[in-house]
Amino acid sequence: MQTQQATPDTDFEVRSTDTICVNESQQQHPGWYNLKYLAVGVVFGIVFVKAEIISWFRIQEMFRLQSFHMYGVIGTAVVVGMISVWLIKKFKVKTIHGEEISFQKKKFSKGQIYGGLLFGLGWTLTGACPGPLFAQIGTGVYVVIVVVLSAIAGTWVYGYFREKLPH
Amino acid sequence: MLQAIQAPWPWYVAGALIGLIVPALLLLGNKHFGISANLRHVCAACFPAGIKFFQYNWKKEIWNFVFVGGIIIGAIIATQLMSNPDPVAIHPDLAKELATYNINDHSGMLPKELFSFESLFTLRGLIMLIGGGFLVGFGTRWAGGCTSGHSIMGLSNLQLPSLIATIMFMVGGFIMANLILPFILRL
Repeated sequence: MQTQQATPDTDFEVRSTDTICVNESQQQHPGWYNLKYLAVGVVFGIVFVKAEIISWFRIQEMFRLQSFHMYGVIGTAVVVGMISVWLIKKFKVKTIHGEEISFQKKKFSKGQIYGGLLFGLGWTLTGACPGPLFAQIGTGVYVVIVVVLSAIAGTWVYGYFREKLPH
Repeated sequence: MLQAIQAPWPWYVAGALIGLIVPALLLLGNKHFGISANLRHVCAACFPAGIKFFQYNWKKEIWNFVFVGGIIIGAIIATQLMSNPDPVAIHPDLAKELATYNINDHSGMLPKELFSFESLFTLRGLIMLIGGGFLVGFGTRWAGGCTSGHSIMGLSNLQLPSLIATIMFMVGGFIMANLILPFILRL
């Protein structure tokens, strides 16, 4: 409760700027509760490697229309995700801690066009979107740490120039 | 059984499991699936530099760091214990094209000619690794999310902006792979 008072009221507003994943939970749990997300991450990491989603070659094939693999992965994930979200909304399913599950509407911004385009260029160069970047490190290709640091730098530079960019 | 684990998993298995991450995170604690925001949380935690965009309580998003930690551990497990002994299968046209740029190593999921510390000190490697990483960080934040946040979480929640972002990701990918990358690989 104390942290909530210390946090300025604009915190959520700033935190939810230009991002789609925001922690909206009002509940305070001990830190080790976060281990449940570690478990989900482990499954995700294994899938990334086993389905070769982190492969630079698979990304090249996708954008040369030489393979259906990545379209199949993303398409299936979207369908499963859509059905899940629909079910959660329809039956007003709560979290395992009894909290209501909330969704927010995303506002259109020109950033989705310009930024999306830039990310697409980078995705093909590195063969990885942000999730797979971390998985690539886990496979032992340590030079990708440099790629991640560069991505952090890119995010920082965006933050620095944010007010001057079209949104 | 062992072979089924070692061989690359088909798209429908991978896609279904990734799709299930959306409800898993929602049910475990009302968390929205996304990865690229972590890059921003690192900035907020380490180098906020008085920039308003990085002035927020990043500690609320620690779960996202833990999630990424899990991804790295999962990748280590898959590589050490479940790895595919065969080289990566590659479309013959792609293999032929890459051979013209002296990229012939198909032993791993990332070609060693590009993804190594030696490559980092060549113009080609510098553009692809540093430039590519920078574009990923800059672009995802400007777009407000990446493939996870927009293409999977956003589309699952039927958000039109996420569809726009996803289309632009693909446009960028096609432009790079077919129009720009050949010049970079030639360097």
